Amino acid sequence: MAAQSQIYAGAFADPVFQAQSVFRTLMDGFARPGTVASFSALAAPPSPLGRASGAVALTLCDHDTSVWLSPALAKSAVPQWIAFHTGAPMTETKDDARFAFIEKGAAVPSFDQFALGTQEYPDRSTTLVIEIEALSGGRSLIAKGAGIKDETVIAPEGLPDLFLDFWAANRAIFPRGIDLVLTAGDAVLCLPRTTKLERE
Amino acid sequence: MYVAVKGGEAAIANAHRLLADRRRGDRALPSITIEQVVEQLGLAVDRVMAEASLYDRALAALAVRQARGDMIEAIFILRAYRTTLPRFGYSEPIDTAKIKVERRVSATYKDLPGGQLLGPTFDYTHRLLDPSLIAEETVAEPAVKEPGEHVMRVSDILDGEGLIEGDGRMPEGHVMGDLTREPMEFPMARDLRLQALARGDEGFLLALAYSTQRGYGRTHPFVGEVRIGEVEVELDLPEVGFAVSLGVIRVTECQMVNQFKGSAKQPPQFTRGYGLVFGQSERKAMSMSLVDRALRTDEFSEDIVAPAQDQEFVISHADNVQATGFVEHLKLPHYVDFQAELDLVRRMRRDYEAARTGGEDGMKEAAE
Amino acid sequence: MNDLATYNFAYLDEQTKRMIRRAILKAIAIPGYQVPFASREMPMPYGWGTGGVQVTASILGPGDVLKVIDQGADDTTNAVSIRAFFQKVANVAVTTRTKEATIIQTRHRIPEETLKEGQTLVYQVPIPEPLRFLEPRETETRKMHALEEYGLMHVKLYEDIARNGHIATTYAYPVKVEGRYVMDPSPTPKFDNPKMHMSEALQLFGAGREKRIYAVPPYTEVVSLDFEDHPFEIQKFDKPCALCGAENVYLDEVVLDDKGGRMFVCSDTDHCEDRRAHGHAGHMLARPTPESQEAAE
Repeated sequence: MAAQSQIYAGAFADPVFQAQSVFRTLMDGFARPGTVASFSALAAPPSPLGRASGAVALTLCDHDTSVWLSPALAKSAVPQWIAFHTGAPMTETKDDARFAFIEKGAAVPSFDQFALGTQEYPDRSTTLVIEIEALSGGRSLIAKGAGIKDETVIAPEGLPDLFLDFWAANRAIFPRGIDLVLTAGDAVLCLPRTTKLERE
Repeated sequence: MYVAVKGGEAAIANAHRLLADRRRGDRALPSITIEQVVEQLGLAVDRVMAEASLYDRALAALAVRQARGDMIEAIFILRAYRTTLPRFGYSEPIDTAKIKVERRVSATYKDLPGGQLLGPTFDYTHRLLDPSLIAEETVAEPAVKEPGEHVMRVSDILDGEGLIEGDGRMPEGHVMGDLTREPMEFPMARDLRLQALARGDEGFLLALAYSTQRGYGRTHPFVGEVRIGEVEVELDLPEVGFAVSLGVIRVTECQMVNQFKGSAKQPPQFTRGYGLVFGQSERKAMSMSLVDRALRTDEFSEDIVAPAQDQEFVISHADNVQATGFVEHLKLPHYVDFQAELDLVRRMRRDYEAARTGGEDGMKEAAE
Repeated sequence: MNDLATYNFAYLDEQTKRMIRRAILKAIAIPGYQVPFASREMPMPYGWGTGGVQVTASILGPGDVLKVIDQGADDTTNAVSIRAFFQKVANVAVTTRTKEATIIQTRHRIPEETLKEGQTLVYQVPIPEPLRFLEPRETETRKMHALEEYGLMHVKLYEDIARNGHIATTYAYPVKVEGRYVMDPSPTPKFDNPKMHMSEALQLFGAGREKRIYAVPPYTEVVSLDFEDHPFEIQKFDKPCALCGAENVYLDEVVLDDKGGRMFVCSDTDHCEDRRAHGHAGHMLARPTPESQEAAE
């Protein structure tokens, strides 16, 4: 059983304005894929959920969004923390989840196991929030697509080995597909399903 | 020389001052109190509560007064307030068998347990203007003032014999929708359709219901029962382990009994149309039940041949707050788009004239 | 009843904002696709910008500078009313200057000034479905988008050409976004369509009554539908703005008298004022005198 203090603490001190500011960072991030930005407001969730990932949960999750957690997160105090602060129901079924959270270093399931939306309603897909080692310093990838002028280079460190395969498969089913938020510490990098990635 | 028009802000402020003046009217007369509206224009208050989906007589009366008696404007004001209210939970379904009825009539039986109870109805009043209402009236005490007791539902009588379909159950595992929290999607299940009809415009539903009687999607209706009365609203609190009463509301329920021949799978039985409305509004509840039945085409494999059976048409256009907004938005400036049309029509006109006159003349004109 | 006066920052409750924010993120991820959302009743009528207002209220923060235009003008009554609403419920800084705004809510126009990175343009949309007037049923149009079946739209445009010699659509002219979704740009004149293409700004579209949100991210391809033998063209005006002398801008026709007298002036009032402040003058410009200054206030 987690310490009560872990569950009840660690949310935004000023929910209205902090959620707004985190959302704007996410909105700009999805509008300009590949940009690394720092949240001005952070959460202090129980370990092993990262601070930026916790801020995303507080900003976007509530009663109407079922949340899937990686096995390690599910075993921690995180489900109670999310439930207490957002009211979001947990699900063990990946393709029921509106949001999925995966902590640093954990195995990442292939993206097609999550909700991908339908051809009629491609918006009904999971948004994955994955914490990785760092958002720069890794192997360079060229990103192109909506929101990117010509092309941009990203170099996240600690992506799963099969990441590019997962991403290419996700890209191939457009307009269906998952959307991705990569976090590291208090920074964030968003990859909507429109972004094409290839090795430099 | 030309100076651009400015001063939108001042114009708006002046318009609102004038509105307040007209609302108040002759200052020599006392202004109407909210209590007076609640007590003496109760059916206006009921309609506003029903179509705003908010049960609060005082706020509905305030809206009626603020809107100068414009019902749709009042509904709009109360809806806009409702939408900002926090949501504590979902109440238990009200049990209409437990309504303390003050009116209850059935067209399908001459007499029945609990009897026919006319209640506070306009029926059988002769619609003669009553000069006695001009002056301060003295009104005799009614024979029965308080809502009465529980009486059995007519639909339960038919149900006991197995001659009517069951009381609208949704399929196993169906999660009850909430029209105010989810985007609309078609085809729409009956729970959401009923929510939309319950807040739908009385006049629109009345006209659609009327059309089914005139052959546009006929349903062979009988009023099984109309009942009006008070019923308790309860909220289940898992923390305390039982449902607590939140209070009492007045509702009107109509169970329409409709013909159905049966199929290979189902024995011949009557079908139902259902109407439930806040307050006292028989016209609305009856219209709703007729339209509800007409919309159930998929359940009975009926062909959609009339407007009242077409759920996308009915549900998309039943909301008077949406309808009035969009119709009235046409008075907003559209001059940018009009300019685009004007330009095109002038161009097409030149082409037309050129083609008509032909040759040199036409070319010259078109070049101008 | 005294609680009536207390509303959350930017009017909407947090739960509603979250729901709209989620819809906005999905809209950005699927450019041109209409995301259904549970639109709320707003304290202004449906059809008067409730979609745009809900989008603005959900993205707006205390650091933003808001501009609201209707028909390109900051001083049209509905623009004044919406701007006043946000000043009241969010105490937000407002401006009429396109350059200074971080969020611009608009009805029927895109500002003449090229929008920059970091700016967000929020469109008020009456009918978000570009196929609606060809097929009234949502169930059908949704299928057409799913199957990328846009033949009907081309047939409609081509019928125009056959009948009139022109594509007769002058506003709400359909576009294709990122080569996938056909999208209604809202009832802006087609003159503004090219501004949407590869814009640096984020463009968000809110349709309150129809309960849809859609988006065009920055640097996104937005192509007006056309035919090889009838390429897309924008409106051209014969004369420059009578007040500031601007060319290649959208003009309003102002009727001056009952004898056919008329003049053409910028529809974008900020653009026109800015040019005049920088010394540009059209042939009808009144030189400021104390009296005309007063009349203008």
